[in-house]
Amino acid sequence: MTISSSQNALVQIENQVDPDPKVAPRRRITRKTWQTVVWFVALLVITAVVLYPLIWLFVSTFKPNSEFGQNQGLIPQSPTLDNYAKVMEGIAGVPMGQFFWNSFVLAALSVIGTVLSSALAAYAFARLQFKGLGILFAAMIGTLLLPFHVVIIPQYILFNNLGLVDTFVPLILPKFLATEAFFVFLLVQFIRQMPRDMDEAAKIDGAGHLRVFWSIILPLIKPALITCAIFSFIWAWNDFLGPLLYLTSPENYPLPIALRLYNDQSSTSDYGATVTASFVALLPILLFFIVFQRFLVDGVATQGLKG
Amino acid sequence: MSTTATRVIVTKEQPSKRRVMRKQRPEHLSRPGQRQRARKETVAGYAFLVPWLVGFFGLTLLPMGYSLYLSFTSYNIFAPPKWIGLDNYIRLFTNDPTFLQSAQITLIYVLVGTPITLLAALGVAILLNYRDKGAAFFRSAFYAPSLIGGSVSVAIVWRAMFSTDGPVDNGLTFFGIDLGGWIGQPSLILPMMILLSVWQFGATMVIFLAGLKQVPKELYEAAEMDGANAWRRFRAVTIPMLSPVIFFNLLLGLIGAFQVFASAYIISNGSGGPAGMTNFITVYLYKTGFSDGRMGYAAAIAWVLLVVVAIIAFILFRTQKSWVHYSGDNR
Repeated sequence: MTISSSQNALVQIENQVDPDPKVAPRRRITRKTWQTVVWFVALLVITAVVLYPLIWLFVSTFKPNSEFGQNQGLIPQSPTLDNYAKVMEGIAGVPMGQFFWNSFVLAALSVIGTVLSSALAAYAFARLQFKGLGILFAAMIGTLLLPFHVVIIPQYILFNNLGLVDTFVPLILPKFLATEAFFVFLLVQFIRQMPRDMDEAAKIDGAGHLRVFWSIILPLIKPALITCAIFSFIWAWNDFLGPLLYLTSPENYPLPIALRLYNDQSSTSDYGATVTASFVALLPILLFFIVFQRFLVDGVATQGLKG
Repeated sequence: MSTTATRVIVTKEQPSKRRVMRKQRPEHLSRPGQRQRARKETVAGYAFLVPWLVGFFGLTLLPMGYSLYLSFTSYNIFAPPKWIGLDNYIRLFTNDPTFLQSAQITLIYVLVGTPITLLAALGVAILLNYRDKGAAFFRSAFYAPSLIGGSVSVAIVWRAMFSTDGPVDNGLTFFGIDLGGWIGQPSLILPMMILLSVWQFGATMVIFLAGLKQVPKELYEAAEMDGANAWRRFRAVTIPMLSPVIFFNLLLGLIGAFQVFASAYIISNGSGGPAGMTNFITVYLYKTGFSDGRMGYAAAIAWVLLVVVAIIAFILFRTQKSWVHYSGDNR
């Protein structure tokens, strides 16, 4: 009580000695409040525009086929779950669950491969001194800016000659070989920020590099590893070009390629199923995002990762 | 990079220090031992790099060389490549209107879409930076599209939203603008593709916002004291202080935009239409190499893409000195 009243008194004194007598303190506060209201409304409008496609997608999954193109409003007139039932049946003789499973296997193996191989490479680049370090590091940075399309033709020829087309190997093997330079770079930056005292202490105690890497560096860079894991999962889940090149039989398709079947075969006749399948394919990413959003957004802010 | 440099200096200094203190040091740090340790570290370095080295040489560098070779050949995957010299390149630039159109729309998409995306991102970042409370929610909401924007699902949504009698068409008709569906119209499909890329401004915005938070408040206060108005403060303080972030976003934005594929492929149902207006360079490359099986010609397209990206990166790095300001203390 006494503290707050003395604070009030202080505020009043401050107000009395306001250097600019024309602007009354009250009006200043309301002006500030108004600015905040305008700020808030502007951002709400932007949010509505930005999120509208996603809201439209979600609501449309409940529209019966007949309402597409007819019902001008956002809300379905006679909501139905038929689309979901139809989507679960799958397409091209393969149930939806199989596409989901394929996507999941591809994404999970990508996460393991990327995190493991990128961490190994990053440790060498960040902590070890050896001949050729400089030039190899520069080469790694160079691949950051290299358009992937330059290597797809020779890579395809290579995997085709090895008889690996229509298997997951061409999609997974590169991940175990740290070809995604972004993750290597991110981890190098992170390891460099870590103090060297602990590695040095462990080395004096006789620990080898493998031991230092495994027991000291990996636990220290856990947050960066999680960022890598989340992003490599999402990128693998969304990847379209890779599976389009390498997977030929429908039972191997991940979701993006299965969606293409819907888009090709039924875009005119079965809008409902196409839209619903799209939504179902996005759902894991959206849930991921809602759970890990701070992690993802902070990862972007500090590491400069793009979506 | 700077860390490496300082570390090199430190190792150079070490021998003299070591010589003085040798007697007190444990055995394994004495000079012969140290040399042995350095050799051990080289072995360890390459051992840790094995997966990356295999990937770099086996899946990036050698394939790049091979694709350069293929670009001088006529090759479908069934018969061995036949050397034809510069024919592929000559044909691309003199006798292939599809390629020239593809290059043109790709350049328009990249050079118009990227700056608009950057401006939108910067504008919203400045708006968000006005206040901390409540900004985190908007930051996350705006970021979401960047994560999913390149996916097939979103391309399908975009296709549905911009088709005849879709939500966009209906909304515009309501305001008296009757454009019809955007999907089938050659003049509207490229603006629609650019809108799709601008929609994904969130990741760029988050990086801008982090940069804005780093600008020292004193600079604004000093500028205000000197009588600079808001626009002047933006021009003279915000832009220079933010220029490294602008450079980073511009470089990655341009390179990323060149590689757009899934959305164009899905929106045009794999055709690159209407009238070739979504036949971006990547789509043309895919169709040439994998639908038509002309892999030598496709390799030439890939190398043209690589050279254009390299030129743009080179120009950016060369002009960097004149407009990017790195504050002296941290870089």
